[in-house]
Amino acid sequence: MSALGALIQRDIRIALRVGGGALIGVLFFLTVVVLMPFAVGPDLKLLARLGPAILWLGALLSSLLTLDRLFMADHEDGSLDLIAMARTPLELACAAKALAHWLASGLPLIIATPVLGLLLNLDVPATSAVAMTLLAGTPALTFTGMIGAALAVTLHRGGLLLAVLVLPLSIPVLIFGVAASEAAITGPHSFGAPFAILCALSLVSLVVGPFAAAVSLRHGLD
Amino acid sequence: MTLTDLANPTKFLALTARVLPWLVGATILLFLIGLYQSATAPDDYQQGATVKIMFIHVPNAWLSMLVWAVMSAAALGTLVWRHPLADVAAKAAAPIGAAFTFLALLTGSLWGRPMWGTYWEWDARLTSVLILFLMYLGLMALWRAVEDPSRAARAAAVLTLVGAINLPIIKFSVDWWNTLHQPASVFRMGGSTLDRAFLIPLLVMALAFTLLFVTLHLAAMRNEILRRRVRSLQMMQASQKAA
Repeated sequence: MSALGALIQRDIRIALRVGGGALIGVLFFLTVVVLMPFAVGPDLKLLARLGPAILWLGALLSSLLTLDRLFMADHEDGSLDLIAMARTPLELACAAKALAHWLASGLPLIIATPVLGLLLNLDVPATSAVAMTLLAGTPALTFTGMIGAALAVTLHRGGLLLAVLVLPLSIPVLIFGVAASEAAITGPHSFGAPFAILCALSLVSLVVGPFAAAVSLRHGLD
Repeated sequence: MTLTDLANPTKFLALTARVLPWLVGATILLFLIGLYQSATAPDDYQQGATVKIMFIHVPNAWLSMLVWAVMSAAALGTLVWRHPLADVAAKAAAPIGAAFTFLALLTGSLWGRPMWGTYWEWDARLTSVLILFLMYLGLMALWRAVEDPSRAARAAAVLTLVGAINLPIIKFSVDWWNTLHQPASVFRMGGSTLDRAFLIPLLVMALAFTLLFVTLHLAAMRNEILRRRVRSLQMMQASQKAA
C-alpha cells in the first residue's frame, strides 16, 4: 500500500480509538444544537427558521475544536518530524492527514445532521439541503483549518489562538453554506449559485491548504 | 544605496536616522495643506458639511488595505528571499495597519449614523473590513505568541499571505453584492466620478496619511531592531552569568 494510503489509514484508526477524538466532535455538535433552544426559546417555528444556521454554526465550532488534534498529537510524540523527513512530499502528507481528519471528524457530523434536524423541527427536504451543503463545505473548513493548525503546532498553548486565526478564513464558507441552505428551503433565489461557490471554496482550499500548511510546518519544526 | 545594502540593520538605522526628520516635516506639511483644503471644500448638496468625514474615512480605508499589501510583500521577502529586515518590516506594520482599519471603521460608523440612520450594517464591505480588522488582531497575537522573533516571522508570513485574499474581496465587494456602502467612485474603470473640488483634497489627505504610515513604519522598524538588540544582549548576559 502506498505511503499516503498508509498515513490515511493510520490517522483514521487513531481517531476512531479511545482518546482519538473523532466522535467527541459529534458530541460537541449535539451539545451546541441542544443548547440553542434553551437560548432562543422552544418556539418550533423560530427554530425551523434558524435551523440551517444553527446546524452550520454547530458544525463550524465542532470542526474548529477538533482541529487541534490534526498535528498536535503527532508533534508531541515525534511522528511529525518523521513525516516531514520522509520521501513523500510534505504537501501531500498534509493533504492526506486533512483528508483522514475530514473522514473521521467531518463525515460523522454530516451523518448526524438528519437526527439533529429533527430536534430543530426541520423537515426532510430542509435537512437534506443542509446536509448537502455541509458535505460540500466541511472539506473547506478542514483544509483551511489545517493552515491554522500547522501555524499553531509549535505553540504550546495554541488552542485559542488557533481559533482566532482560523475563524476569519471560515466565514465565507459559513456565509455561502447558510445561503445555499436557505435558498433550497425557502427562497426565490437559486440554490445553485451559492452551492457552486461553496464547492469552489472547498476545491481552492484543497490546493492552497496543504501548501500553506507544509510551509508553516517546515519553518515551524526547525 | 540598494535594497541589499539596507539589509544591514546598522546601515538601515543610520539611513533612517537621517531621513526620518524630513519625513516628519513633510507629513506635517501635507496634513496642514490637506486639512486646510478639506475645511475650505464646498458642502455637498445632499450631505452638507458631513461629507467632509470622507477626507478622513477614505484615506484610512485605503491605507488599511495598503498596509496589508506592504506586509504581504514583506512576507514574500521573508519566505522567498530571506531578506533580514523583511520580518522587522512585517512586525512593525501590523499594529499601524490595525489602527488605520479601526479608524476607518470608526469614522465610517460616525458618518453612517447621520447618512444611513445606523451606526452599523452587516453589508459586504463593512463585514469584510471588520474581518480584515480581526485578521490584523490575530496576526498581532501570532507575532507575540512565539518567543523567538525569527520563528514567529515565518508563521506570520504564511498567515499574511493567506489573508491577502481578503483585499480583492474588500475592493470588489461593493460590485459583487448589493450593498448599502456606495460603489467605487475614485478607482474605477472610466475614471473618477468625484468632482475636482472634492477629489483634490481627498488625494492630498491620502498622500498625507500615506506619508504618516511611512514615517510611523520606519520609526517602528527602528524600535523593533533596537528591541531585538536588547533581547540579544539580555540573553548574552544571562548566559554569561550562568557560565
